[in-house]
Amino acid sequence: MENYKIKKTSSKVIYHVFTFFFAIVMIYPLLWMVMSSFKETAEIFKTAEKLLPASFDIRNYVVGWQGFAGNKFSIFFKNSFVIAGLSTIGAVLSSAVVAFGFARCEFKLKGFWFACMLIAMMLPFQVIMIPQYILFNKLGWVGTYLPIIVPQFFGQGFFIFLIMQFIKGIPVDLDEAAAIDGCSIYGIFIQIVLPLVKPALVTSAIFSFMWRWDDFLSALIYISDPLKYPVSYALKMFADPTAGSDWGAMFAMATLSLLPIFLIFLTMQKYLVEGIASTGIKG
Amino acid sequence: MKNSKSLPNQKKTLGQTLNSQGVAGYVFILPFLIGFLTFIMIPMVLSFGFSFTRYNILDKPVFIGLDNYINMLTQDDKFWKSFGVTLYYAFFSVPLRLIMALAVAMLLVKNTKLSGFYRAIYYLPSIIGSSVAVAILWKRLFASDGVLNALLAFVGLPSDTAWLGNSSTAIWTLIVLAIWQFGSSMLIFLSGLKQIPVSLYESATIDGANGIRSFFSITLPMLTPTIFFNLINQIINGFMAFTQSYIITQGKPRDTTLFYTVYMYQNSFTYSKLGYGCAIAWFMVIFVGFITLVLFKTQNKWVYYESEKR
Repeated sequence: MENYKIKKTSSKVIYHVFTFFFAIVMIYPLLWMVMSSFKETAEIFKTAEKLLPASFDIRNYVVGWQGFAGNKFSIFFKNSFVIAGLSTIGAVLSSAVVAFGFARCEFKLKGFWFACMLIAMMLPFQVIMIPQYILFNKLGWVGTYLPIIVPQFFGQGFFIFLIMQFIKGIPVDLDEAAAIDGCSIYGIFIQIVLPLVKPALVTSAIFSFMWRWDDFLSALIYISDPLKYPVSYALKMFADPTAGSDWGAMFAMATLSLLPIFLIFLTMQKYLVEGIASTGIKG
Repeated sequence: MKNSKSLPNQKKTLGQTLNSQGVAGYVFILPFLIGFLTFIMIPMVLSFGFSFTRYNILDKPVFIGLDNYINMLTQDDKFWKSFGVTLYYAFFSVPLRLIMALAVAMLLVKNTKLSGFYRAIYYLPSIIGSSVAVAILWKRLFASDGVLNALLAFVGLPSDTAWLGNSSTAIWTLIVLAIWQFGSSMLIFLSGLKQIPVSLYESATIDGANGIRSFFSITLPMLTPTIFFNLINQIINGFMAFTQSYIITQGKPRDTTLFYTVYMYQNSFTYSKLGYGCAIAWFMVIFVGFITLVLFKTQNKWVYYESEKR
C-alpha cells in the first residue's frame, strides 16, 4: 500500500514537472520578447540568453510609441480598432441572420446554397485576393478600408456554421409556441432565438476581432497611406531595416500590439475553447 | 408555419407571403447570397477570364490564350520551386502539428488542478502565432546573433549556425513556427477525447490490452473523423501560408522559402502581372480542390464513423 502511494505521488510529480517544463518552452519566445522590451536596445542581443532585464525600463515604449515618419502608434492602434471593430459587428450580425435562415427555414435549393456556404467557408482568402483586388480597383475602393470591411457584412462561413450549431440546440417548440401567439418568423428570430444564441455571438465576435486585428495581408494589398496603417502593417514597416533597427522599441510595440489579443484571451478563454470544441474546426 | 394551405382559393397577403418559410428563408440568407455572388463568384469568373490575358491593371487586358498557363508550367522555374517549397512545408508542418496536438491533448486529458493553466499556455501560441509581431520575433529568434544561438552558446553547444541563411534550415524555422501553433487542434482533440466512452477503455483493460494497444485500437480510430477534417482544413491553410514567408525569410535563401502565395503576390503586385497572377491562383484552386477530393474519396478506407458499425 505504502509502495503504491509513493509510486502514485512520484508519477504525479513527473507528470507535472514534464508538463510544466514543456509549457515554459512553449511560451519562452513570448516571455523573451516581453522581457527584452524592457532592456536597453544595445543590451538585447548581447544578453539574449538572459530572460530578465537588469532593470525594467519603459523607455522603449516611449520611443516606440512615436512611431515613424511622424506617425504615432496611437494612430495605428485607432485604425486597427476601427477596422477590427466594424468588421466584427458586420460579420457577427450578418452571420446570425444567415445562420437562422439555414437552421430554421425550409426553402427551395437550400441544400445547394448550403453547399455554396461550405465552399465559401473553406475557400481561403488568398485564392480570391487577386480577383477581389481587380473588382475593388474597378469600384475605386483601393486605398480605403472598404475592401477590408464591407465583405464582412455578408456573413462569414465559420461564424454561420458556429451559430447554426447553436440554433439547432434550441427546441423548435419555442418557435412554434411563439408562432401560435402570432409572432412572425422575423419576430421569432429577433425576440426568441437571438437572445438565446448570445454565447455563440460572443464567440464569433471574439474570433472575428482577433483575426481582423492580426490581419496583415489585406492591409498590405489595399492600404498605402501611412495615416491609414493598421498596427500589423505599421509593425512590419517599423521593422524594415530602412527605419533603423531599434529592437527595444520594436519589441515594445510588438508586445503592445499583442496586448488586446492577450487580454481577450485571458478574459474570454471559455468562449474560445467552447467555440473550437463545438465546431471541431479552428476556422 | 402560418402557411395558408387551408385557404387555397384566397390570395395570400404580403405579410403572409413574407412569413412563409420558403420566402423567409431567402430573406434571411440574402446577405450571404449577395456576398457570395459579389465577392466570390464574380471575382472568380473575372479572374478565370483574366488568366488568359496579359493585364497590368492600368492598360486594357490583352488576350493571349493559354500563354500564361504554358509559360507557368513549362518555362517558369520559380513557379515550380515555390510549389515544391509549399508542398514540403505543408507535408511536414501539418502532420507534425497534428501529432503534437494529439500528444499534448493526451497529456492534458488527465484532470488536475493545473489543467486550466496548462491548456491556456499551450493554446496561446495558436492565438497570436500568425501575427506580424510573432513573425518579427521569430526572425530574431533564429538570426545568427539571435536567441537560439545565444542559448546554444550559453550551454556550450556550437552556436554559429545561420538558421535563416542556410538553405536546409531556413524552411524548418517556418515549419517549427507552424508546429508551435498546435493549440487549437489540441483543443479539438481534447474535446474529442473526452467524448470517448470510458467503458471502451475499461473493457479493453479487462481483455488484457495495455495502454499502447488501447491507443491504437480505441483512441485513434475514434478520433479519425476529427483528424480527417482537420487534415483537410490545415493542408488548405498550409498552402495559403503567407505572412511567415513574407516577413521572416522573404523567400531567402535562394528561394528555398518562397511560398506559393508569396510568389503569386509578387507577380500580381510587385511585377504588375495580374493576368499571370490569376493563372497561378487558378492552378492553386484546382490543386487544392483535387487534394480535398482525393481525401474525401479515400476517407472510407481510414476514417471510422461510429454510426456505420451499428
